[in-house]
Amino acid sequence: MTDDELIWRIAGGSGDGIASTSQNFAKALMRAGLHVFTHRHYPSRIRGGHTYTEVRISEAPVKSRGDGYNFLLALGDSFARNPKENAYYGVEEVKPLSENLDELREGGVIVYDSGLLDTDDIPDFDERVEENGWHVYDIDLRTIAREHGREVMRNTAGVAVTCAITGIEPDVIKSLMEDTMPEKVFEPNMSVFDDAYETVLEEFDADAPDVTVPESEHDEEQVLISGSDAIAYGALDEGCRFIAGYPMTPWTEVFTIMSQNLPEVGGISEQVEDEIAAAALALGASHAGVKAMSGSSGGGFALMSEPLGLAEMTETPVVLVEAMRAGPSTGMPTKPEQADLEHVLYTSQGDSHRVVFAPAGAEEAYRQTRRAFQIAYEYQIPSIVLYDQKNGGELQNVPASVFDEEPNPDLGSVLTEAELADAPHDPSGKYDRFQHDGDDGVSPRSIPGQEGGRFLATGNEHMEAGHISEDPDNRVNQVDRRSEKLDAIRADLDGDEVTNAHHGPADADYGIMTFGSQQGTVEEAVDELNEQGHSVKSLGVSELAPYPVDEVTEFVESVEEVLVVEMNASAQFRGLTQKELGRYGEKLSSLLKYNGNPFEPAEIAEGFVTSIVEDGTLPGHETKFVPAASD
Amino acid sequence: MSAFSAIGEDGERDRNEYTPGLEPQPTWCPGCGDFGVLKALKGAAAELGLSPEEMLVCTGIGCSGKLNSYFESYGFHTIHGRSLPIARAAKLANPGLTVVAAGGDGDGYGIGGNHFIHTARENHDITYIVFNNEIFGLTKGQTSPTSPKGHKSKTQPHGSAKDPIRPLSMSLNAGASYVARTAAVNPNQAKDIIVEAVEHDGFSHVDFLTQCPTWNKDAKQYVPYIDVNESDDYEFDRTSRSEASEMMFETENALYEGTVLTGRYYVDDRPSYQQEKQRIGEMPEEPLAERYFDDDYEWERVYDSFLDKHK
Repeated sequence: MTDDELIWRIAGGSGDGIASTSQNFAKALMRAGLHVFTHRHYPSRIRGGHTYTEVRISEAPVKSRGDGYNFLLALGDSFARNPKENAYYGVEEVKPLSENLDELREGGVIVYDSGLLDTDDIPDFDERVEENGWHVYDIDLRTIAREHGREVMRNTAGVAVTCAITGIEPDVIKSLMEDTMPEKVFEPNMSVFDDAYETVLEEFDADAPDVTVPESEHDEEQVLISGSDAIAYGALDEGCRFIAGYPMTPWTEVFTIMSQNLPEVGGISEQVEDEIAAAALALGASHAGVKAMSGSSGGGFALMSEPLGLAEMTETPVVLVEAMRAGPSTGMPTKPEQADLEHVLYTSQGDSHRVVFAPAGAEEAYRQTRRAFQIAYEYQIPSIVLYDQKNGGELQNVPASVFDEEPNPDLGSVLTEAELADAPHDPSGKYDRFQHDGDDGVSPRSIPGQEGGRFLATGNEHMEAGHISEDPDNRVNQVDRRSEKLDAIRADLDGDEVTNAHHGPADADYGIMTFGSQQGTVEEAVDELNEQGHSVKSLGVSELAPYPVDEVTEFVESVEEVLVVEMNASAQFRGLTQKELGRYGEKLSSLLKYNGNPFEPAEIAEGFVTSIVEDGTLPGHETKFVPAASD
Repeated sequence: MSAFSAIGEDGERDRNEYTPGLEPQPTWCPGCGDFGVLKALKGAAAELGLSPEEMLVCTGIGCSGKLNSYFESYGFHTIHGRSLPIARAAKLANPGLTVVAAGGDGDGYGIGGNHFIHTARENHDITYIVFNNEIFGLTKGQTSPTSPKGHKSKTQPHGSAKDPIRPLSMSLNAGASYVARTAAVNPNQAKDIIVEAVEHDGFSHVDFLTQCPTWNKDAKQYVPYIDVNESDDYEFDRTSRSEASEMMFETENALYEGTVLTGRYYVDDRPSYQQEKQRIGEMPEEPLAERYFDDDYEWERVYDSFLDKHK
């Protein structure tokens, strides 16, 4: 445990307000000048079941969950199932306490609601407390809540207890509650807060544990943002005013944020019958001249394969987002995984082309979603933003100024009616929408309703004016032109000021590579390893197609070995890298995790040490090492 | 000023304006009912005075999917069964467009059946023409959703054990606000029905009987046809849901007994989806597509509009 951070875990059952309480707690501490980062764990269940959210609070910026945690607030699970002899789920009621002990650091704090939880139900509880030097606060939070208000206010009581133990100024929390609660709810919550706070001061001795919240100050105004927020905001600032979707965890978050905000800016959101329709609607809107998007998670995205191919063939710009969750099939709906990479890269028939971004944190998600729209509309190609349950839902503070950007409603390579008048047409007057010799493979679009722009869009191979053609010369020309766009896009992305994320000393001996949501955790592991005396740097790749071959080659060439970290069992990102680079099978090994929980920094550091520096035997069963081809 | 000056252009139109110079002659088999649809659509477009460039014709896959290869307008030849979601989004994006979707009975009642049901339910202001030939033509004669029970084909060698789908009843139940059946053998009625369907504010569904002389029937088998609105043998109120329902049921049965009934079956003046969506404040009054060409429009910024709740 480091002294400069508090990792606070609030645990209970689904439906007990864990998410909203933790969000308010994180925001209050952000307002108090601290850096915050949340990590959530919840079941696919509306009511009850093991649920927690961690809020990591630090003086320094944080971009990952931490290694374990040091403060547990265990509330009850209001919707726990009744234990039965042969039922696999055991005593659910006590899980907010029992399930969270393994990761609690030595010397950590346990606060539990003694009105709901009984430690007699937990094997060896007292011994474990003794062994680990935990500080236990058994407080009847439920009774305090009932006395002043309603039972749900036990969350407020728990937060008050947290403040009393860690030294957080009550006003930090209270002022946020005042902002977010109606008065008649706020008043009893204040009484609950004060009573719980006083209880700690009066009933527990001054031998306070060394778990305190540091004091800090931000240089500029911050906002608490999730990856899903950032993706939606990137889309809105690019002038996206149409979304179509079907609910599916975890993509639903982006869909919800867009659906709530679009009407305020005169946009349209369509919840439709299935994901095939969702993607098709986005194409229809884009074809008719509106910047449009759709998205889903694994199974829903599978249904979008055919419209995706149609977008490629008709060169209809569209942005799709794919929020990965653990698969295959329904998998584990609320758990993160990065196993849809190949699905997103390769789904849909034929020689298909698309652009894939996999942003890591919120800031990158905002920036790359904007890039995804720019590329899609400029090059008339589908862009996909690939993320997952982890970075979609993690909240972190970023400077508000990140969003202080100009909107870009530009429709990309589209002609006006005036321009159409001078554009090439076939002798019968149809616009040559798919000209053979477009710049960078791009032939500008016209939009239905424009005078002089009529053409046929078709999923069949087609001639310049769009009519169906199976002529071999035309075929080769059109395939080559569509492919040419990818080189142009690669060159375009290479020119960006900010590209993929490099971290650690440039002259390091070893490298760690990852993509998407694991980037922050990898970077923290790199810092830990360098502090321990190892020589390591990292590369977080977020531009996956077209692949940044030169940049990655240079990275791989510059080190002795590379450990590739990803949340799946089949090393998809490592496979992609080897395919794109065409070599280095002997240099790349894998560290994989697919148990439904994201990596902790220490797991990566430990995986690096045992696999690269030592003999490759990992101590735990949660991660798996796959050696390089030559080992 | 509109960026889409083809929209709302008044003028006398000749049906030949909708014949593409690039592909004037269709590749359909001689005697195919699809010619009847093309002819009726051209006639209807001319009668309505529509500019080819204010029309978007979205088709599915199959012989019927070639409609927009042979009809001069903006066209989107989509994928099997998906013309409707593309068509309805285009209409939402730019309500000024006249959007016609078309496809076969396999396309609309089979693979795209879910879209058909929901597009009808939502009452999008588009016209949907289903080329109902009771067969999969382009893939060479397999049994389709409207093939009669017992229909033998290479994929149903012992004859289909399935009852055919009831397209008119399904449409009514799903929520279409204009439902008609016409036939290729009756081009005048077909043209008039398409005119009405396009003018109708809401989802208009035209089940268009198109003979497939190669795989099942020739035109003779759709003659004589009876217009239920004109025949004295049939009397029903097409604004009455229950009377329309009975008439549709009888019409669907009759087809497989050799009697071809056609006409307008149901008309409902409930608000279109666009009107409903505008009423609840979830669709702008001005066409969205115009905004991207409006240099004076002040685009909202996230920084100003949505960031406060994150502070």
